[in-house]
Amino acid sequence: MTTLDSSKEIQKNNSEVNETHEDFRMFGLITFLIADGMTFAGFFAAYLTYKAVNPLPDGAIYELELPIPTLNTILLLVSSATFHKAGKALLKDKNSNSQKWLFFTAFLGIIFLICQLFEYFHLPFGLTDNLFASTFYALTGFHGLHVTLGTLMILIIAWQSRINGGRLTSQNMFPLEAVELYWHFVDGIWVVLFIILYLL
Amino acid sequence: MLNKKIYLILIISLVFAISFWIGFNVNLLPAEASINAPIYDELFKILFIIGLIIFIGMTIAVIYSLFKFRKRNDQIGDGIALEGNLSLEIVWTIIPSIIVLLIGLYSYNIYDRMGGMKELNHNHEMMSSNTEKIWAGISQTSDNEIAINNLSVEVSAMQFAFLFNYPNGNFISGELHVPVDQKVSMKMESKDVIHAFWVPEFRIKQDIIPGQPTILNFTPTKVGKYPIICAELCGPYHGGMRASIIVEEESDYNEWFNKNKKPEVNL
Amino acid sequence: MTISIDPQKTNNESLQPKGWLRYFSFSLDHKVIGIQYLVCGFLFYLIGGTLASAIRIELASPMSDFMPRDVYNQVLTLHGTIMIFLWIVPVVNGAFGNYLIPFYVGARDMAFPRLNAVAFWLIPPSGLMLVASYFVEGAAQAGWTAYPPLSITTPQSGQIIWILSVLLLGGSSIFGGINFIATIIKLRRPGLKLMQLPMYCWAMLGTSLLVVLSTPVLAGTLILLSFDIIANTGFFNPVLGGNVVVYQHLFWFYSHPAVYIMVLPAFGLVSEILPVHARKPLFGYTTMVFSIMGIVVLGLVVWAHHMFTSGTPPWMRLFFTIATAFIAVPTGIKFFNWVATLWGGKISINSAMLFSCGFIINFVFGGITGVALAQVPFDIHVHDTYFVVAHFHYIVYGGTVFIIFSSIYHWFPKVTGKMLNKKLGILHFIITFIGFNLCFAPQHWLGLNGMPRRVAEYDPQFQFVNQISSLGALLMAISTIPFLINVFLSVRNGKNAGDNPWNALTPEWLTSSPPPVENWKGEAPLVEEPYGYGKEISEQK
Ligand code: HEA
Ligand code: HEA
Ligand code: CUA
Ligand SMILES: [Cu+2]
Repeated sequence: MTTLDSSKEIQKNNSEVNETHEDFRMFGLITFLIADGMTFAGFFAAYLTYKAVNPLPDGAIYELELPIPTLNTILLLVSSATFHKAGKALLKDKNSNSQKWLFFTAFLGIIFLICQLFEYFHLPFGLTDNLFASTFYALTGFHGLHVTLGTLMILIIAWQSRINGGRLTSQNMFPLEAVELYWHFVDGIWVVLFIILYLL
Repeated sequence: MLNKKIYLILIISLVFAISFWIGFNVNLLPAEASINAPIYDELFKILFIIGLIIFIGMTIAVIYSLFKFRKRNDQIGDGIALEGNLSLEIVWTIIPSIIVLLIGLYSYNIYDRMGGMKELNHNHEMMSSNTEKIWAGISQTSDNEIAINNLSVEVSAMQFAFLFNYPNGNFISGELHVPVDQKVSMKMESKDVIHAFWVPEFRIKQDIIPGQPTILNFTPTKVGKYPIICAELCGPYHGGMRASIIVEEESDYNEWFNKNKKPEVNL
Repeated sequence: MTISIDPQKTNNESLQPKGWLRYFSFSLDHKVIGIQYLVCGFLFYLIGGTLASAIRIELASPMSDFMPRDVYNQVLTLHGTIMIFLWIVPVVNGAFGNYLIPFYVGARDMAFPRLNAVAFWLIPPSGLMLVASYFVEGAAQAGWTAYPPLSITTPQSGQIIWILSVLLLGGSSIFGGINFIATIIKLRRPGLKLMQLPMYCWAMLGTSLLVVLSTPVLAGTLILLSFDIIANTGFFNPVLGGNVVVYQHLFWFYSHPAVYIMVLPAFGLVSEILPVHARKPLFGYTTMVFSIMGIVVLGLVVWAHHMFTSGTPPWMRLFFTIATAFIAVPTGIKFFNWVATLWGGKISINSAMLFSCGFIINFVFGGITGVALAQVPFDIHVHDTYFVVAHFHYIVYGGTVFIIFSSIYHWFPKVTGKMLNKKLGILHFIITFIGFNLCFAPQHWLGLNGMPRRVAEYDPQFQFVNQISSLGALLMAISTIPFLINVFLSVRNGKNAGDNPWNALTPEWLTSSPPPVENWKGEAPLVEEPYGYGKEISEQK
């Protein structure tokens, strides 16, 4: 009968095996972002279906004003670039530089949110007016929630990258890289959202 | 070796024989009372037989292995170190694929014969609003047929009852009366939550959805009274949401119809 | 960049309570978490089973007499939700996944132990919340599918609690899925190739992909539904211009993959159990792997077969028929391979083996009725009838629950170091098997002949068959008694099992029973042939 003796089996493979693994936290984050992206995908699918098969009642507003969302798109795209700058700076051990870029990125995020709120208050329709209005608020609101979370996290890592006592150094880049990836993801979603919701 | 092959063939033919026998002799379905029903039962029979063959075959294989290859008390050691067999794998990939494909084509054919593939949005000139979009359903009728047989009914469902509106007679009934052997065309819409219209003896079912009209056409073939069952959970009294469909000879139907008919109200 | 993530450091051992108390703590040990999942799931199984018994008592007579009609709807909603989200999914994924996967990949723990503990500890509160909602204003009563507009118009508090609880459980499931994917792909012991992994790893990889891709869609859908209930939006409310069928599409986009989330891990577990007790290699390893992935891909594109009688246009009905029926092909490959694994083996007839064989027979039956249901013209008659109820109980109970029991019999010696009693186990199997078939086989007939599901009252002509079914349910309830007795007796004074009572070759058996905290005293073994029964290795002895 085939049997394995555990002690023998271990001796057989007694080659040097180091118990370190490559950093898989990023891998986990990417998996999570795929999941998060699927939530948006569900919302988009619902929105597109509504648009295709459920005609709005007469008088419902289709046309959205473009200036604010266009400005918002630019804000987010620029903030992606500034975040990237922050990462580069940290890698070169220029912590204070990095911190500045991070604060600037967070600042852009906050402006984005303010613009978004401004738009909300000036829209001619409310949450429950019609199907389009509801989906519009659900999609942008859910995205806005992501931006809010992202901005908070950026502020935290900005604080963590202070020169004395900050945990964020060129040796410990992970928090910054993770938030950066998340931020790019949120940007990407916004671009899709902008195209589908405002341009289509 | 030859012996083994003979046994195998014998067992397989026995499985087939049993399955066919059961398939043709065991009736699991209620009475057939519409032109859909015999078509449906034909499909059922085929699926039942194929299913039985696969199920009995697999069961025999498992039970046989448990007996034949069980470890006797005095035995130690392992079975044969057989890790796979490519040609076997190919065989049991291809055979089920073919079966599944054939079943699929066949049920397409059945569905087409039931009228499921007919276009939905063209034959409602008899209905009150013929511009309304029909979302789903089974349509058995083409344009000129409906012109001859103007038997159309508007069904509305609500918690917890069905109402049948006969637009030609301008009245509403709680029972669905239809003449035998004639195509009936129903447009259905719900007033509150989702319900479903199901007549087991007709083998038809269609959800009745609020905001999305659906249609259901059928031709009853047998005089009698059959239950209409709501088949979609619609609240506490879902189980009690029943109505009857009464299939009667044309003369009886006309009598009933004329008795209930109300004159057109001119506004 | 590589950094060292030493589980020894994350697993701050001295802070963890010892003994049985650790099962009530925020433990980071994957084995403890696995057992937490299993026991918690089993308790919910007893609750769900008690609710099922209430259903069967009500249905023993045609009138609605045992409980009020709306309570009946609450009971069946809770039964479905509890059994799926608190019993099957946490146990086949969470319990066995956590216990076994780190062994199989040669790791000392899961990739993210903390996330893992969080994922588990989301379950008890949301489960309790769900059960407690009964005492608020009545629990949710729109079925486990919660179709609007019914779910919008029934009493709100129950439905909202239901949504909240399912959202939390979905979150738990997503965290688990991320953890499994990372563990299987990234945490493998150096030298261990993907194609050397035990089949359960592949099953869990496929399942976790489904979890990650489909559960978030359910979350989004339920968020929209809760807006409809609380904020008076009209996504799924036709009165406000919404579209109820969109909900069904989104719901089934998750809930069809969910049925594979419930069964793929079970497929993995049988693939571990059969070779050990048949003492033969798993037949057709490579095709098994591909068929799992085939099921994953197909499983994502068949959801509308639950909506053949809803507002779906003809072409859509047809496409989903073909796609659905084709799942029979990869699934069939797996079943044929299992039978081939038995063929020519030296089979020990024990509880684990019997439950696994019972699984094969029951699942093939349920699968065949599934393929029949996939045919639009067939489904039009039996949709939302007891035929469907019979179909899925054959699969979830006759399939997955049988495998859960089989796995408990198989791995109990590893977890506790004690053997379970074989006679009691076989008794458990016999009563379960008979009771199960008695309960659910007659329901096919009921459905075909006109009994819709989710009803508290029915035509008197169905009474006799319903009583047979209720009798079967009684037998199933009784069958848990020998099982519980067996477990309690064996934990207290069962026979010592030794490290490897089955002489199995998969890695978890190459350590002591119960395993030490970091899984291996020394270094993790490299098992290149987890199914090498009957091969040379025997001569090493
Ligand atoms: C673990 C759970 C699980 C699994 C694995 C399955 C597997 C399958 N299911 Fe099932 N199903 C459910 C759980 C499950 N189902 C539930 C819970 C519901 C009801 C939900 C609700 O409404 O509440 C449901 C409902 C349901 C419906 C909708 C019925 C209706 O509401 O009208 C359909 C229709 O197509 C369907 C089909 C299938 C098919 C084709 C498979 C296939 O995967 C089966 C494939 C397997 C085999 C076929 C057997 C082995 C194969 C062979 C031996 C090869 C040879 C076979 C052939 C050539 C046919 N299922
Ligand atoms: C996923 C897993 C699963 C499992 C394992 C089961 C197990 C069982 N189910 Fe269920 N069932 C569903 C999932 C499941 N079910 C779903 C999803 C639905 C659809 C819901 C809906 O329509 O929305 C459903 C619906 C459903 C119905 C249809 C209700 C209706 O439509 O009106 C019926 C009716 O017979 C039923 C019966 C049973 C029975 C008898 C068992 C038995 O196997 C249970 C056996 C177990 C026990 C009997 C427990 C034994 C223990 C005790 C009794 C002791 C109690 C002790 C203490 C509390 C300490 N189930
Ligand atoms: Cu109407 Cu159920
Ligand atoms: Cu499905």
